[in-house]
Parts: sequence; structure tokens; C-alpha cells
Amino acid sequence: MTPFLTRTRGRQRLHWTDWLAYAYLCLGVLLMFGPVLWLVISSFKTERELQHYPPRLLPYVQKMEKVPGYSDPLPVFKVTAGPLAGQEVAQVRRIGIVSQVVRPDAPQTIVKVPIKDRKPVEHVALATSNYAKLFKRFNFFQFFYNSTFITVVATIITLLINSMAAFALSKYDFRGRGTVMALIIGTLMIPPTVVLVPLFLIVRDFGMIDTLWGVIIPGAATPTGVFLLRQYMLTIPDEILDAARMDKASEWKIYWRIILPLSAPALAVLAILSIMWRWNDFLWPLIALQRQEHFTLQLALNSFRGEFNTDWASLLAMTVLTLVPIVAVFAFLQKYIATGIASTGGK
Amino acid sequence: MIKKRKVVAAALAATFLATTAASAAVQLRFECAQDGNECDTMMAIFKKFEATHPDIQVKMDLVPYKAILENLPVDLAAGTGPDMAKITDLGGLHKYYLDLAPYVDKAALEKDFGKTLDWYRAGPNDKGIYGIQTQLTITGAFINKTLFDQAKVAVPGKDATWDDWAKAARAVAKATGTKYPMAMDRTGHRFAGMAMPYGAKYFDAKGNPEMNDPGFAAAAKQFVAWNNDGTMDRNVWAGQGGASYADATKEFINGELVFYYSGSWQIQKFAKQIGDAFDWEVMPAPCGPAGPGHCSGMPGGSGVVGFKSTKHPKEVAELLAFLAQPANYSELEAKSLNIPANATVATAGVKYEGVTPAASKALNAFSAQVPTISPVGYAFQGYKNNRAMFNITVKRLTQAIVGEMSVDEALKRMDADLKEAVAASK
Amino acid sequence: MLKLITPFMQIVDVPMRALQGLLGPRRLAWVFLLPNLFVFGFFTFLPVILNFFYATTGSDHILLQDRPFVGMTNFGQLMNCQSYLDPNTCQIDVFWRAVHNTLWFIVLQVGFMVVFSMITALILNRKIRARGFFRAVFFFPVLLSPVVVALVWKWILQDQGALNAVLDYLGYPTVNWLLSPTWAFAWSIFLSVWFHMGFYTLILLAGLQAIPRDVYEAAAMDAASPWRVFRKITLPLLMPTMVVVMVLALIKGVQTFDEIYAFTGGGPGSATTLVIQYIYQNGFSAAPRLFGLASAASILVAIVLVALTAVQLWITRRNANG
Repeated sequence: MTPFLTRTRGRQRLHWTDWLAYAYLCLGVLLMFGPVLWLVISSFKTERELQHYPPRLLPYVQKMEKVPGYSDPLPVFKVTAGPLAGQEVAQVRRIGIVSQVVRPDAPQTIVKVPIKDRKPVEHVALATSNYAKLFKRFNFFQFFYNSTFITVVATIITLLINSMAAFALSKYDFRGRGTVMALIIGTLMIPPTVVLVPLFLIVRDFGMIDTLWGVIIPGAATPTGVFLLRQYMLTIPDEILDAARMDKASEWKIYWRIILPLSAPALAVLAILSIMWRWNDFLWPLIALQRQEHFTLQLALNSFRGEFNTDWASLLAMTVLTLVPIVAVFAFLQKYIATGIASTGGK
Repeated sequence: MIKKRKVVAAALAATFLATTAASAAVQLRFECAQDGNECDTMMAIFKKFEATHPDIQVKMDLVPYKAILENLPVDLAAGTGPDMAKITDLGGLHKYYLDLAPYVDKAALEKDFGKTLDWYRAGPNDKGIYGIQTQLTITGAFINKTLFDQAKVAVPGKDATWDDWAKAARAVAKATGTKYPMAMDRTGHRFAGMAMPYGAKYFDAKGNPEMNDPGFAAAAKQFVAWNNDGTMDRNVWAGQGGASYADATKEFINGELVFYYSGSWQIQKFAKQIGDAFDWEVMPAPCGPAGPGHCSGMPGGSGVVGFKSTKHPKEVAELLAFLAQPANYSELEAKSLNIPANATVATAGVKYEGVTPAASKALNAFSAQVPTISPVGYAFQGYKNNRAMFNITVKRLTQAIVGEMSVDEALKRMDADLKEAVAASK
Repeated sequence: MLKLITPFMQIVDVPMRALQGLLGPRRLAWVFLLPNLFVFGFFTFLPVILNFFYATTGSDHILLQDRPFVGMTNFGQLMNCQSYLDPNTCQIDVFWRAVHNTLWFIVLQVGFMVVFSMITALILNRKIRARGFFRAVFFFPVLLSPVVVALVWKWILQDQGALNAVLDYLGYPTVNWLLSPTWAFAWSIFLSVWFHMGFYTLILLAGLQAIPRDVYEAAAMDAASPWRVFRKITLPLLMPTMVVVMVLALIKGVQTFDEIYAFTGGGPGSATTLVIQYIYQNGFSAAPRLFGLASAASILVAIVLVALTAVQLWITRRNANG
């Protein structure tokens, strides 16, 4: 228990606490990755298989066999009891609780088998049609473009205006600073969910309903972002700024030549947070956007949910496609995050 | 970098050109949430309309059903709604409807859509024509016939009561080792299909809504009891909170459910996914304790309406009238496997496309139930606060099932909730 | 990227220089604040103000001008209880159930969140193989959308879900997890911790790495027991980071909505209905839409939240000074 609580151990042989640590990590991998991996596998299942109980790990489909004398391929079953026990047969039709089957080598003789004495023969097959259907059904790239546009532009605007505000709040001493800070921290608390209706009406009065800007602008002034950046900028020594002022640098130049580069790690953190929020946002775009040509991936994905039915196969395939870009961005920005939070969190 | 910018600029220009080209004609926006293929089928019919009206273009916005239920009312109130939409809250959105009467052949529509037109109206004195019922649904019972066969239990007949069904379903489940005897979708709409046979009136003598009459209470008590003694699949109602919808389709498809009280919209799904696994059938509406004559499903469904805020009322009306024409309407029902609300089409019969014998039999069984629907059901379906009543039923009954309060307490709370909802909607 | 930024910044520099000459460097701070304040004022602050008007009006109309003024009626209804400890005696029982649930939820969720992200951070801070990989794995769920998270876990936990299939296969009795109020609540906390833990782990990990190495080396010289080192060195030095984690976890805990709503719908009954869900359901999603009641509830929640944060910041400041 004890060495495990301190810092690192650097011996050649693995201590028992190392084993414990690895066990914890492996459990973690299973728990963190497992469900998502299952989601990905499930996106290759047919709708029928998705409804199957008990759920199975791999996507199965029933074996079908072409039997001479029948125009359509017939489903194949394995007989579990009776005279045909152990054999694979093709089912011609089922009447009530009796199944009429034929042996593939003797397609003429129909044998009657009780349905509880047969089991479908299945094999693993990927239902890639789930994905193909998506591209056929609607303009996937339009949604992808909208999502990307919203995410990128919103993140840039968020970074710019939040860092400007954070600069003012951390490096200037002016009247009203306390009030502004209190307001920002106060609204950090209020989840957007509770102000949907008033927000909708305001955005409408700005004429931004059903435009991508109506999604981008309202969420750009994130209190979390201002808070995070300000905490970071407080650690930048004022002497650097004063030196620059001696050199007659304008305040704006100080902001973008000194403050911004020095805050890069914190900006990276805010960037990934903003990208995550925007990419996965659902409730607000659902209200703010109306025309399908303005829809984001999350909206398109949810349009598989009808009143009574949900097209799970398409929904899952779409979900996986939506996950890919965000994982890629994360992989790219990953290394900045740890260093970035290192310097924001502690202060 | 420069190259990329050029591409973006070109793309922007292309989008701009595309929008200006489209805006040259009258463009109608149609908001639709899809369960099977009904929105796509409607669009196919609208394309035919476009062929004869080159100046009109219909654009469909396929949205999650959540948007129709939650966002559309806000949009309409704020004046940012679409030109038309396929909706389910028929009475509740009345104040936003466009009256089609001045633009269309009123008599023909009255003749074809008689009863369902009332659902869109404000009251008995309202003679306007507001919407085309594109999907008429009826709640009803599906059974797993194969399980009955295996258990050698006779399927209850035409006048069987809810109680008879419960007994039979329990016997079948016991004999075959099936997990759940019965299940009902988690909505007050489906529950109305059980409450009405028990004598629930939903409206008092003056026509005000009420939910505390003896019939409703009896049904509520029975339903809660069945949930607690294992007759009903408890997952469906007790597994959720608030007014969320839940169904038991999965259990039925997997052959783990004997008797499933749902509705006609399930046919398409069952036909496709059950396939050959077992035989399933639609049963006549179960009766209340009073026996024959007290058996009714609950009607429902969705319809297409135009909205007052549209800039092109004439075009919207013409388009809807086109959809309502027997030939087109028949095509819509045939392809989307729905029961027609159009009398002419219903009399002629719909030739459903690509259906299995089981599905076709089920569709006919449901069609046959249309005449038996109780007037209470019709009135309730067109009432503007019925959504609130459905939700209150679900929320409070679930609380009684999971034991947060007694059934009597739940009934009392329902009454209070209803009063508040009615007061708020004045 | 930089090639694009530089010209933009240079162009902005021209008017900013002029403004600086006009206002002086001090008042220029407001110019820096302006864009953010503008967006913030209209789209965050104004809706909150409008919420007050909704809270004092009745009916199910959406536009403020259509809504009759009802004064404090909505607040009165919400607070109308014989005993605040027993929701069944309240006029709006579901609101109080939600309040009770939320209190339990944040106490347990924040507790587990801090403990598990601490353990994970400590382990990830050790000299282990493939540290980058493991770190990414634990952060990974943070990237998912709440709807997806809820969907996946629902599949695993439902009566016919994967967990029961596994239990059944191993010969254990199955449990209908989402049907038991206690289990559903426990799993909601689990799901929420699973979903957000990576973020807090990362903050703590960063805090751990910021602790200078020589402090430990000195302790090693004194042959202090590792448990003592943890208590006397690691924990105190990590305290500021812990406070950030706790403040953020608490705020996010109260705001929890999407994933639990999609996961259980608030059920069974109202066992996992949290306050934000109550507000959303009443004000937006399902008929009857009682905006007034929902807005009043949101104001009550906001008051409590602001008070809580004030207390927390006060404690933080006291810690920082002491």
C-alpha cells in the first residue's frame, strides 16, 4: 500500500505494488475502452442482431443456403434432437410449432421437425451496409462541414475573446474588475439548459435563428474559459510586460506577442474543451437550427429517432463516424493537455 | 494554405449560387420526423406535385421526433416555424394552424376525412379544415401465437376481457417458461386503451377534463397490481422516469412476451424483424369488466398541417389537398403500411406493398377495429391538453408502481396536476 | 497557422493603438473586455435576467408579453411543504424529490470522483510502461457525447443487457439493475464518475508532477515511511489542486443532466430525477409546460449554488492565507 502512495519506484524487479498498479490499469482499460469498443462492434450488426437476447459480442447473421428447387436461399438450421440430430438442414417453411426442413443433399424429401429441436446456424459477418446506407440516405458531407465549421470558428472566437478578457482581468487594475469577475464566476454555475427559452428568443431577435452563427456566438463567451485563462495568466510575471512597455510596444502587441504565446498550454486546454463541447453539443443546435442543410452531425444522428422506432443500426454507424474526428483531434492535442493543466490547475 | 482558401471560397460561392437558384421558386419547408419510411414516401408524392407545379419546391427537414415535440411549439410561438409539418399534438397546436378551407375543395375533404378533421379543430363550432391525417393508428394487442400453441392454451375470443387475457397470458408464460406474460408501452395514450374499456370517461358532463372517475381508478389499480405481481413486464413503466416513452418491442421480437399492448405502427417492424421466428397476430380490442360492448382501442396518429405563419398559404393548401387525393393517399398508406383515415381509400382497400401475410393480416385486423373505437377515444384524441394528460398519467402511475406513493395518492395528485395544466393553458 | 494570425493581429493593432492613445492604457482594459462582455451580456446574463420575469408570470405561453403576472405564486408553490424532508408532503413533490436526489448525488459523486481520480493520478504518476497510452485511456470517455455514454451503459445494464448476460453465463443470478431505485441511483453515480473522471485525473496528475523532486529526495534521506511522505508532503502540496478539483466537481455535479436523463429518464419513478432535469422537463420538454414553475426552480437552485461557491471560495482563500 505505502510505496504506491508516494512517487515513483525505479527498481529492476517489479514490486508487488507495481503488480497492483498494473492490475488497476488493465481493469481501467477494460472499463474505459470496453463499452466504446462494444459500441463500435455493434455498429456492424444488423438491426435484427441488435435486438437479440442475450446480446452477443460479435455480429452474427444466419447462414443461408441455396438449395436446388427453391428460388430463394433458405435459412440453415442444426437439428438438436430426433432422427436428424446433429445434421444441418435448410428450412423450407414453418407452420405453427413445426418446421418443414430438407437436407441439402436430398432437397425433395421434406422432413418435419419441432421448432424447439432446431437451432439456427450462424456465422460472423459485418453489416457494412449500415455505413453505406448513411452516405446514400443523406448528404453526410454537408453535416460534416456544418459541424466542422461550427466547431472551428467557435473555438477560434472563444479563444480570442476569452483570452482578451482574461488578459484584461489579470494584467490591469481598473475599477469594476471585481464586479466583472464575480459576474463571470456567478454564471459559471448556471447550466445553459435552464435558460433555453429566453436564450432562444434573444437569438431570434438578433436574427440568428437557423444560421450557423446562432449556434456559434451564444456560447462563445465561456465563463470556464475566462476563468481558466485568467488563472494561468496571473502566473506570468509583470516584469516581462513592463520591459515590453519600455520598448514602446502597444498594449495589443503585448497581448499577442507576449501573453498569447506564453499562455499556449492553457489555450490548448481550452481549445480541446471547446472542440469537445461544440462537436458533441445537441440540445442548443436542435433549437437554433431548423433547416436540414444547416444541421450538424449530432442532429442528423438523432434524426434516426422517430416517435416509436429508432433506427439503431444507422444511429450507431453514424455515432462511430462522429467519434472518429474528435478522437483524432484529441490524439493530436493530447500532449499539450497535461502540461497545460499542470500550470492552470495548481494556482 | 492559399490553395485551401481558394477551395473554401469556391465552396462558399457554390452554396450561395445554389441558394439563390432555389429561392427563385416558391420554396415550402416541411418538417418531418420519421418512424419507418413515411416522410420519404410523402416526399416522393410531393415530387409528383412539383412536376406539375414547376414554380413550387418542397424541401423536407428530417428531424428527430424530439424536435417536433419540444422545439416546434417554441418555434411557432416565436414566429420562426416551418411552412408545414407532420405533427402528433393535433389539438395542442391548433392556434398556429392555417385554415385550408378557402383554398381547397372543402366538401371532398369533409367526405373523405370526416372524423379526423375534428381533431385539428378548436371545438364543435369550428368548421375549418386544418390538417390531413396521414397516419391513423389504433392501439391494440399483439400476441405470440406460437407460444399459445406450445402451451396448448386456447386464444381468448372476440369478447375477451382484460382479465381473461391476463389469465391466459400468465398460463402461457408459465407453461412455456416465457419471461413476461404482458406488457404495455409507457405512455398515457396506450393506457387510455385499457382505461376506456374499464369505463374511464376522461371528461365530465360539462366536457371538462377529469381523471378521477371510477372507471379510470379501477383501471389504474388493476394496472399497478399487474405490474407488481409479475403479469406486466415491469421494465417498461417502472424502468423509466418522468414522461419518457418506452416500449417492449425488443422483448416481443425475441419471443419473451406473450401479450403486447401497443399499436398498429408496430406492424412494419414486426414483419421485418420477427420474420419466421414465430407467428404473431393482432387480437380484437380487449373488453372491460362489463364485458361485450365495452371494448375499444385508442385512436391516434399523425397528420400534416400548414401553419398560419407561412408566406405561401395557397401553395401549402394545394399541396396538402394533392396529398389527400385518394390516389396519392392510397400510395402513401400502401408504402408506409398505415391504416388509411381517408374513407374513400379505406372503402376501396389499400394494396399494401411488399408485406408478409402476417403483416397484411394484422393490418386488416386493425382496420376492422376502426368502427369499434369509442367516442370517448375520438374526443380525447382531439383534446388540446391530451398530451399533458398522457404525461401526467405516466408520471404518477409509475410513482405508484415503484412505491413512491399509493395508487389513491397518485390519483389525487393526477387530479391536481391536471387542474394546474388546464389553468396554465387558458 | 501563424501566417494567418500575424497579419490579422497587425491589422487589429492599428485601431487598438489609436484607442490606446485616446483612452490611455488603463481604460484600454475595457476594450479588451468588450467582445467577451458583449456576448456574455446578451447570451448568458440577459437570459438569466429574463428568467426572473418568467418566474413571476404564469400560463404555458412562451412569449413574455402573453404571460399574466402572478407575483410570487410559483415560488410559493415550490416551497409549499409540510416537511422539507418528506417530498410526499409537498405540493410540488417531484421538485423536492429531485432536490433530495441531487444532494445525495453530489455528495457521493464528488466523493467518489475525488477518490478515484486521486488513485488513478497516483498510479499514472508512477514509473510505468506505456504511461502515455494509459493516460489517454483514462481521459478517453471525456470525449464522448453524453447521449452516447448513456446509450452504451443502458445497453450494458438493462434487464436483457450485457452485464446480465455475463452474470447468467457465469451462473450468477441476474439483477434488474435499472428497475431497483437504489441500483439505478448507484449506477447513475458510477456512470457520471466514469464519464468525467479523466478530466479530474489529468488536473491532479498535473498537480502531482508540479511537486518538486527534491522534496521527496529529502524525505528519502530521512527514511520517512511512504505513508508519512504521502500525508506530510504529497497531500499538502497537492491541496490547491484538490480545491480546484472539488469546486469544479461540485459545480458540474449540480449541473448534471444530459447523461442521466438519457440513461434512466429520471427513473425508476423519480429515483434518479435531478434538479436540472426537473427544470428541463417542466420548462421545455413535456406538456404541461409550466415555464414559470421551472424558472422559479432554476432561480432557487442558482441562489443555493452561488452561496455554496461563496463558501468554497472563502475556504480556499482562508487556506491560501493560512
